[in-house]
Amino acid sequence: MFQLVRYLKPFKKQVILGPIFKLLEAILELIVPLVMARIIDVGVQNRDVSYVLKMGGLMVLLGIIGLCCALVCQYFAARASQGVGTLMRNDLFSHINRLSHAQIDEVGTSSLITRVTNDVNQLQVAVAMLIRLVVRAPFLVLGAAVMAMILDLKLSLIFLAAVPLIVLTLYLTMSKTAPFYRTIQKKLDRISLITRENLEGVRVIRAFSRQKAEKERFDEASDDLAGSAIRVGRVSALLNPLTYVIMNGAIVAILWFGGMQVNNGELMQGQIIAFVNYMTQILLALVVVANLVVLFTKAAASAARVNEIFAMTPGLSDKGNTLKAPAEGAPKIEFKDVCFSYLGEDGEEALSHVSLKILPGQTIGIIGGTGSGKSTFVNLIPRFYEATKGEVLVDGVNVKKYPFEQLRGMTGVVPQQAVLFKGTVRSNLLWSNPDADEQTLLKALKTAQALDFVEKLPQGLDTPVVQGGKNFSGGQKQRLTIARALAGNPDILILDDSASALDFATDAALRRAIREHTEGMTVLIVSQRANTVKRADQIVVLDDGEVAGIGTHQELFDTCEVYREICLSQLSKEEAAK
Amino acid sequence: MSKEVLRRLLTYIKPYGGYLIAALVFAVLNVTLTLLAPVLIGQGIDRILGPGQVDFVGLIPILIELGASILFASLFQWLMTLCTNIVTYRTVRDLRCAAFHKLNHVPLKTIDKNSHGDLISRVVNDVDMVSDGLLQGFAQLFTGIVTIVGTLVFMLAINWVIALVVVLVTPLSLFVASFIARRSYNMFREQSAIRGELGGYVEEMVGNQKLVKTFRYEGRAQSHFEEINSRLYDCGVKAQFYSSLTNPCTRFVNSVVYAAVGIIGAISAIFGHLTVGQLSSFLSYANQYTKPFNEISGVVTELQSAFASAKRVFDVLDEADEPADAPDAVFMASCEGDVALKHVSFSYQKQVKLIEDLNIHAKPGQRIAIVGPTGCGKTTIINLLMRFYDIQGGEIAVDGTDARRITRDSLRGLYGMVLQDTWLFSGTIRDNIAYGKPDATDEEILAAAKAAHAHSFIKRLEKGYHTVITEDGGNLSQGQRQLLCIARVMLINPPMLILDEATSSIDTRTEIRIQKAFDKMMEGRTSFIVAHRLSTIREADLILVMKDGRIIEQGRHQELLDQNGFYATLYNSQFAAEDAG
Repeated sequence: MFQLVRYLKPFKKQVILGPIFKLLEAILELIVPLVMARIIDVGVQNRDVSYVLKMGGLMVLLGIIGLCCALVCQYFAARASQGVGTLMRNDLFSHINRLSHAQIDEVGTSSLITRVTNDVNQLQVAVAMLIRLVVRAPFLVLGAAVMAMILDLKLSLIFLAAVPLIVLTLYLTMSKTAPFYRTIQKKLDRISLITRENLEGVRVIRAFSRQKAEKERFDEASDDLAGSAIRVGRVSALLNPLTYVIMNGAIVAILWFGGMQVNNGELMQGQIIAFVNYMTQILLALVVVANLVVLFTKAAASAARVNEIFAMTPGLSDKGNTLKAPAEGAPKIEFKDVCFSYLGEDGEEALSHVSLKILPGQTIGIIGGTGSGKSTFVNLIPRFYEATKGEVLVDGVNVKKYPFEQLRGMTGVVPQQAVLFKGTVRSNLLWSNPDADEQTLLKALKTAQALDFVEKLPQGLDTPVVQGGKNFSGGQKQRLTIARALAGNPDILILDDSASALDFATDAALRRAIREHTEGMTVLIVSQRANTVKRADQIVVLDDGEVAGIGTHQELFDTCEVYREICLSQLSKEEAAK
Repeated sequence: MSKEVLRRLLTYIKPYGGYLIAALVFAVLNVTLTLLAPVLIGQGIDRILGPGQVDFVGLIPILIELGASILFASLFQWLMTLCTNIVTYRTVRDLRCAAFHKLNHVPLKTIDKNSHGDLISRVVNDVDMVSDGLLQGFAQLFTGIVTIVGTLVFMLAINWVIALVVVLVTPLSLFVASFIARRSYNMFREQSAIRGELGGYVEEMVGNQKLVKTFRYEGRAQSHFEEINSRLYDCGVKAQFYSSLTNPCTRFVNSVVYAAVGIIGAISAIFGHLTVGQLSSFLSYANQYTKPFNEISGVVTELQSAFASAKRVFDVLDEADEPADAPDAVFMASCEGDVALKHVSFSYQKQVKLIEDLNIHAKPGQRIAIVGPTGCGKTTIINLLMRFYDIQGGEIAVDGTDARRITRDSLRGLYGMVLQDTWLFSGTIRDNIAYGKPDATDEEILAAAKAAHAHSFIKRLEKGYHTVITEDGGNLSQGQRQLLCIARVMLINPPMLILDEATSSIDTRTEIRIQKAFDKMMEGRTSFIVAHRLSTIREADLILVMKDGRIIEQGRHQELLDQNGFYATLYNSQFAAEDAG
């Protein structure tokens, strides 16, 4: 929790002034019983009505000043707590953006969402309470205790006896409940996970008529959450009654011992009343403290979850990398004995000992079976993952030496899963290059074979896209994602099996257009279809993470067994031989 | 309107009425005992008049009574809190389950058009806000109301004039509170809405991290996020400040009351209408009487925030269900596989016509391939066959029965469906394969995985069939995911099959083997296949060539080539287009 204190810094003014104003109010509140005691001990004893009225007026005045102080404090509290939450969310989001895919996968998207929203909210509430109450409540307790001591030191010993008891109670409940709150947030993650899965998988769930089972799964998670909350409630509900018992026990003691002192003439009746009043005030303040304790225990759980994210250092970093100029005469892309495993150096290799040179302007086809390492291969170029052994070079420079901005600016990737974002067709196309003009966008659409259908849309480029692009068909989405990559005019275009939903005519036209319109662009086409890669300058055949062959269609067809098998499974003999 | 929201919330609370009543009873007991304490303290003080005038004999029983009342008051308070906890958390659980249940029953249109992040935020965050509100609400509302009634009785018993003053002045604080609450309700609503928007954006950006990185979108995503976030800040500050005004304002009213009681009480005491002990109890009461108003007013704002969130949850609950199955709908356990689409028309948006007067007749055992340029409506046909969307005109009949006269669940059970979009849930591979048949034996699962050619990669995983698939499936390739989806369908052995680009990410050698497994399984069963691969299409019994929502050609592969129409152009274009380049 303490690592997050830095977020309070920009709100120093609010965090310091807020409690001060609250303190002022609290001081005024403490004076009220004194004034009341004067009214009784002086006004009533002397039967002085005007004194009573004067003191009464003073009490109202104190109330007004108190109100003003409180308002100022509330304003500061609102500004600071919301501000802290806002800063924290911004930082969290930007930190999450720096994490690697594997790290995000480890935490899970649902949990990340819960942390950015729900957990930060809890912390926000805690900050507000911190400003509003954390100074005020203990101050009221202390103040009341001091006032009592001034009234009579001996009798105030009772206060001192009550304090350790209260502290013990607070400590016990806090340590008992703290672990529960972490579990509760985790269970909330699960709720969010199941909800998310059900939204994404709605078609499959209904196709299998599994709504009932899903509901049971959710009910169970929800039950579990409610159960935990009720269990923790049982303990935290003890806090208030216990405080009540201790403080009222103290009042009983005050009446008894105070009675003795009054009997001896050491105290007056009005002072006993004041004592009882202070005790009541302390009790009220302690109830607030108790609630604060519960709140902070909860917030601590959330803080730990937020910190967990901040503690993750981005797996890949481009820190200190400066802009690189291409090496003279180097191949566009070069793989030097590259190995890669998703599980680190000792894991099973998804790619082993790949060496390859790709010249500027070449079109490269990458083909191979499911799980043969095709996607892994292309993912190493923009450095989504990093080679476990060996080097990947772009323009003769190791990809590790580039700033991400430069490296990824050179590469345009069209991933397998065609995802569009909420917005318009235009806003999606502008993803790769926010400054692209209309001409560039239209050209990209044309090359991607998407211009026809976009032009037919009543709103054209400004047609809205819903989240996930569900208002477009699979093929339309794929073409738009290709156009999106092209609009950035990248040096290297990577098509990661991204034409799978296109019919073969469109697919062929697309490849032709790419060849014609992208002068000098190095193109990598990952595909399952022999037809798609057939005309590439070089074809890389991958089999189980190893290179089974590199060459042109004809060469490979004659020499590479794996490639031949793929071709023959898809094309008739004549087609394959073409 | 918040009244309406409250009324609906109450219906969710109703099942726990027993606990609610118990809580109320405990509240009454707790408050009565709590109120008794000042009386006893006052009586005690009246026994401590001055030097040599302390009545210790009278004091002892009073102190014992006081001690006992304190203990019981605490006990009842604890019990009350337990009851309110149960009521709150169970109510909230029910609400959450209801919202989730609803999501499983709304038409797909509703899910497709809403931001998933926002919906998740409703189920998670908004329900949480309701829970916070109710918890505070119950705990304080109960004791509050009982305390008000109780103190009134006690005060009236001691001195009705002063009591009257208190009664008249205090409700002022409620006025203030309700004035503030009305304004803050709208702010809270806006706050919840922005929070949902923020959740939606995080969901979109985090869920598609790879794209964000590819296009170096981090900076722009960040500024968009910050824009939403700063709106949340503005709105949050306003909502929080306005709602937090309540407490100081009502406290001010209280101090006025306290002063009034003090003045009038002191004057009464001067004229001998009141003892000093009574005045002391009175002041305690004045404090205790006004405190609940204070708390209730605090609760009112807390509740406003809860209501604002509850409203968002209710909005989900108010979404229309999929229309119910017709009362005479039949449960069709199995079928011959005769599917006829007659004069079917459909469109997603009224203005944009998609499918018009579509006629398809699939005879039992036929393999129907649907081809055509992208966007021609192929996937839509699947949406209609599965009744994910309902047709707007014409009829779809299965074995001669109108699909609308078949229960949805049994109709969907007739088809085994594999989509291009590979959805798996975060569980083990075994559970994912067994999704459609949870009681499947290990042998059956193994057989299905083998038939789908998934076995070889599964067994290479460290934990084999017990490997847990992560939330975003990062540990499996797209093709492997597709194999699992196929195994899932292989296991249930459905009478009909729908494959929408089901093998697009699988290499062709594996695909052919899977195809054979499908062929074996589907012998004599009807299947609908959307694919681009020639191997799949060439052997279909009937190829439907679609364009702009209509069937423009149909027949077998060779027949269509001979017709030399659109299909032939489409088919030949793959070579022609390439070679022309």
